[in-house]
Amino acid sequence: MKGERSAAIRLEAISKRFGATQALDGVSFELLPAEAHALVGENGAGKSTLVKILAGVYQPDNGRIELDGSEVQIHGPAHSRELGIAVIHQEPRLFPDLSVAENVFLGHQPKTRLGSIDWARMRRDAARLFDELEVSIAPDSPVRGLSMADQQLVEIAKALSLDARVLIMDEPTASLSLHEVERLFSIVRPLRDRGLGVLFVSHRLEEVFDLCERASVLRDGKHVITAPIGQLTTADLIRYMVGRDVSLFPPATTELGEVLLEARGLTRSDAFSDISFSVRAGEIVGFAGLIGAGRTEVARVLFGIDRADRGEVLLRGRPVAFDAPAAALRAGVAYVPEDRHQQGLVLDFPIASNVSLPILSRLFPRLFMNRPAERRLAERYASQFRVRMTDVEQLVSALSGGNQQKVVIAKWLATEPRALILDEPTRGIDIGAKVEVHRIIAELAAAGLGIILISSDLPEVLAMSDRILVMHEGRLTAELSRAEATEERVMFAATGQVTSGA
Amino acid sequence: MSRLGRQRELSLVIVMLALGGFVFAQAPQFLSASNLSQVAILAAIIAIAATGQALVVLTRNVDLSVDAMIGVVAFSVADILRLHALSVPLAMAYGVALGLALGIVNGVIVSVFRVPAIVATLGTMSVYRGFTFLLAGGRQVSLSDLPPEYINLARASVLGVPLYVVLAVVVVAIASLLLQQTRFGRQVYAVGSNPEAAAILGIRSRLVGFLVFAVCGMLAGAAGVLWGARFGTINATAASGVVLQVVAAVVVGGVNIFGGSGTVYGAALGALFLGLIANALTLLHLSQFWLQAIYGGVILVAVAADAVIVRRLQRAAAVRA
Repeated sequence: MKGERSAAIRLEAISKRFGATQALDGVSFELLPAEAHALVGENGAGKSTLVKILAGVYQPDNGRIELDGSEVQIHGPAHSRELGIAVIHQEPRLFPDLSVAENVFLGHQPKTRLGSIDWARMRRDAARLFDELEVSIAPDSPVRGLSMADQQLVEIAKALSLDARVLIMDEPTASLSLHEVERLFSIVRPLRDRGLGVLFVSHRLEEVFDLCERASVLRDGKHVITAPIGQLTTADLIRYMVGRDVSLFPPATTELGEVLLEARGLTRSDAFSDISFSVRAGEIVGFAGLIGAGRTEVARVLFGIDRADRGEVLLRGRPVAFDAPAAALRAGVAYVPEDRHQQGLVLDFPIASNVSLPILSRLFPRLFMNRPAERRLAERYASQFRVRMTDVEQLVSALSGGNQQKVVIAKWLATEPRALILDEPTRGIDIGAKVEVHRIIAELAAAGLGIILISSDLPEVLAMSDRILVMHEGRLTAELSRAEATEERVMFAATGQVTSGA
Repeated sequence: MSRLGRQRELSLVIVMLALGGFVFAQAPQFLSASNLSQVAILAAIIAIAATGQALVVLTRNVDLSVDAMIGVVAFSVADILRLHALSVPLAMAYGVALGLALGIVNGVIVSVFRVPAIVATLGTMSVYRGFTFLLAGGRQVSLSDLPPEYINLARASVLGVPLYVVLAVVVVAIASLLLQQTRFGRQVYAVGSNPEAAAILGIRSRLVGFLVFAVCGMLAGAAGVLWGARFGTINATAASGVVLQVVAAVVVGGVNIFGGSGTVYGAALGALFLGLIANALTLLHLSQFWLQAIYGGVILVAVAADAVIVRRLQRAAAVRA
């Protein structure tokens, strides 16, 4: 394979340092034309830095970059694009008020002979690009309103319009549903076969195996291994990434107790309808489904953020109607929201102040706060969850994503809930932290909490849950026991198809 | 609260020492007791108003009506005392209460009617100032119209320290205690730092917003009472434009203009810093016309410096991500 063709990109001993952090340390690897090459590693391993160097955002301190066999220096993002490198980000960076065609050709609009923009040709060319991709996106529609997945396709069309030779996809699937991931891959594969080099950065290892021919692993800024995907297993990859053996999911063996939380015919117009289920003490109930299926909306009603139009919620058999999160917290229901930055943490606060935030009035009934008590509380959770920190007075903004997520969970556990709703608790955190979050969830269930686990990570839901509920477009389409649940059955239900045996 | 804030306060002290040393070398009368107390008394008034403003800015709001509130309170209190309608203590209490009432109006407009603070207080700034013009109708209250007990407040001292400075220190200490050691304070920072997370926690952010505007009005009222006693001659334009100085004190003192971090003692140091600059201009025989430009420049430099530091921190954080 090697030798005959020159690499689309060859990196030789690339190093980059930020202050005290050696982000990349002598990394070498090559991306061939017509290959999909996975770049994996924990958060902080240097993937983003490497991507940013190729995108022209950072300049390497040392090392050589070759494109098609000749050495280049990438001076900036515009230069990177000129060199034929296109980067697709997790969150597409488009202009929402401009049309699809304008976004595709922004910065290289076709011109008429008079030098004005040739709108007709722009629309035609955009339409042709989408035809090639075999997707139906109207070139004239504004980007605002397109799904995240469609916006990524606009980015890909833009890359094609620039005759990109290398497509870098930086965690493109993190905010896509399974169905959308499938579509994305079915579009990228033919592009790769036509000679495009695809560098695929992802935390989702099953996708790496699905799409890529080779994988390179980074750890602590160093290149660990590059190997054909066929010679690797998931366990191998994780071992290379983490540097030790880890079992991805803890075994769940818990005696189930009384029914804690129950929903009967819960309906909220435009979001979900007729949702009935129950969670027992010690049980982990997984909520699977595509993004937008209505799972988060159900959680928001259970936690009192939104209100249901019909139906009721029972807590230990007694009907409850939470009119505010504070009421839900008092009753023993806690919700760890999906977006830990927007909704979960106060980044300017130290760990201790974040943990105590939901229970300030309980912790400090009098006017003045008891700082030592607050510290002790935070220290207890931090050691239980193995939060990596200097001390509990450290600002949470200085923690890694995984450790931040542990602080979020600690914060809600401080309210001593009986039922805990976790919304995408491991999204965007690295494998090592993911394993620890799974361990925490299993321990909490073992301690008798009833847990609702909303997750778009199918292997995670399958492995962690005692029971799996699948939602599709606001309705429950399947309830599967641990024994019944398979990826296929969950996917069928999640896409709204009725399985024969369900 | 935040590392950024604490660094700012320390560097402000260092800059002030350097500035003081420079001015002293050029004009030794800088360190005379009378000059220092002049500077401190003015800075104390601004510091009290800036303490209220800091609370407001911490919640991602701003109160542009502080100088209008100071003006209307200073004029009404002086007018009442001129007419001997109330005793001096009662008139002063009336002034603080009037400030509180005006602050409550601001709070209601922002928290109940959900008008963005910058628009709401721009409006009330004009209304309050217009009200002062109606009240004054071109008149002015002179020093000779006012009872000596009132005027003498500005000259009184406790153990050699000007009374105004003692009052400012007490106000800053109470506000600091409130922010650092009580639930309310934690909620102020939480609402300013991450309103969405605060809402999910069940923190009533609108109530918090209302309360900070009320406190800001009350402290502006107190500043107005002290302003009247300090200047004695009061007309409808009293304290016009002081809002620039108050906001400058807050941001140069390290309170993030986007809310969530900073301290009230930082804001008080900021007030002292601005007072020193004004004094330096006088002592070095530079034109006072520079002052407005310098206050504006200080705001721009402080906010730009914050932006640069924040970007550096984010870049450092991005490396870990």
